[in-house]
Amino acid sequence: MTIFLQQLINGLSVGSIFALIALGYTMVYGIIKLINFAHGDIYMLGAYVGFFASTSLGLGFFPTMLLAMVICMVAGVLIEKIAYKPLRHASRITSLITAIGVSLFLEYAMMYFMGPNIRTYPADFFPREVYTFAGLQISNHQILIFVTSILLMIALQLIVKKTKIGKAMRAVSTDPDAAALMGINVNNTISFTFALGSALAGAAGVMIGMYYNSIDPLMGMIPGLKAFIAAVFGGIGIIPGAMLGGEAIGILETLASGYGFSMIKDAVVYLILIVILIIKPSGLLGKNVKEKV
Amino acid sequence: MLKIENLHIKYGAIHAVKGIDIEVNEGEIVTLIGANGAGKTSILKALSGLVKPSEGTITYDGKVLNKKSAQDIMKAGISHVPEGRRIFADMTVLENLELGAYQRKDKEGIKKDLEAVYERFPILKDRSKQAAGTLSGGEQQMLAMGRALMANPKILLLDEPSMGLAPILVKEIFSIIKDINAKGTTILLVEQNARMALSVATRAYVMETGKIVMSGTGQELADSEEIQKAYLGG
Repeated sequence: MTIFLQQLINGLSVGSIFALIALGYTMVYGIIKLINFAHGDIYMLGAYVGFFASTSLGLGFFPTMLLAMVICMVAGVLIEKIAYKPLRHASRITSLITAIGVSLFLEYAMMYFMGPNIRTYPADFFPREVYTFAGLQISNHQILIFVTSILLMIALQLIVKKTKIGKAMRAVSTDPDAAALMGINVNNTISFTFALGSALAGAAGVMIGMYYNSIDPLMGMIPGLKAFIAAVFGGIGIIPGAMLGGEAIGILETLASGYGFSMIKDAVVYLILIVILIIKPSGLLGKNVKEKV
Repeated sequence: MLKIENLHIKYGAIHAVKGIDIEVNEGEIVTLIGANGAGKTSILKALSGLVKPSEGTITYDGKVLNKKSAQDIMKAGISHVPEGRRIFADMTVLENLELGAYQRKDKEGIKKDLEAVYERFPILKDRSKQAAGTLSGGEQQMLAMGRALMANPKILLLDEPSMGLAPILVKEIFSIIKDINAKGTTILLVEQNARMALSVATRAYVMETGKIVMSGTGQELADSEEIQKAYLGG
């Protein structure tokens, strides 16, 4: 039982990171039906901005995270304008290949400028402390990641559900032409969606930089893939689905390692996911959409 | 008020609209009838900025519209109720109506117009918290019209409002159209149901394969032998 609870604690914080990245995938997919494979690299960019802000500028956790969010936001919007917008009416495979191209570009541009070696955040960035009670260990990092992620997700939900631009996002994701007829600026709404998703990925990058204390230019690949799977698992295009999917993958993964499958944890996790998707192909919260002909 | 001159619309190699002229005067109900594929919907889409005409001009109150974006056209007072209603199915009825007023900043005016829409379509008030996708076809048409009215338009473009509705609902929708017009909104109506359309129209245009083949007052066309043969089954 202790192992279970301990892994649950570990899983929740890792899962929050997956959830934050998955949100960007799912929102972008929801609005322009593009699987933005460069999204994991925005997370990497966030981690590097965090590295720069904490090392060169000596900023603390929250200013660092804020700076990373802002820079990732700008990067996300620029990528959309430069790489995806001209392909808005092209076939989906064209945009998908472009996204992979953007991903490689970001990875190797970062490698060119920063070198391929691993970097670490300064030791005094957010010193780690571990609390123990009832045989369970929890670190201040885990609490910080979990609480910050929850707050960011609540903020996102409020934006999407309560604000005018949030309504516009939902309208554009249902029917861009009808949204344009409402006088909604579809292009700005899409940019805003990229901005939101990228900001969340940037925050995730800084938190991971702090948590694992090791960043490198290719760090976005695997978490990016896992977050994409989390988004599909939760039901792609559905915001609460991404949160649920991210946490589910994080928890499954740490549980698998905790019970002695650490070598094959990914295999175990994805086996479970495959089974669930066979039973419910549209994802946990997905609806069965009938295509009109 | 609204003037279309020599309008051409092309989709790649397909020449959907081949040089048409249409005029809509303030206070009129003008209808555009014709078979499926005649180019009627394309004209409405060009008017609201969803497709760019390849040639020709659209002027509204003396201003050229065809280079403007859909938002600017809507701001100028032209609202489009698209074919197939195109409501936002996952959002509530109220949210759909609020989106209709997306461009407006006058909170008081929006509130007043929401009351007016609820008065005109009481069913929408009863269902305001319900997801729009759960409404029946007729209710969805009312929602689509209510949503367009929330922009407080000067001209309402209606694309096939009777499509897929039971005859009794068709009658109801047309009497609502007449009433909206009586309250001061100019209407451009595209319909396949020629009989109903001509019965409410001040003037009408008949389209065939991208061209206007006949025009006149609603009564004239309803009485014309050719129209009776081709469109009214008589």
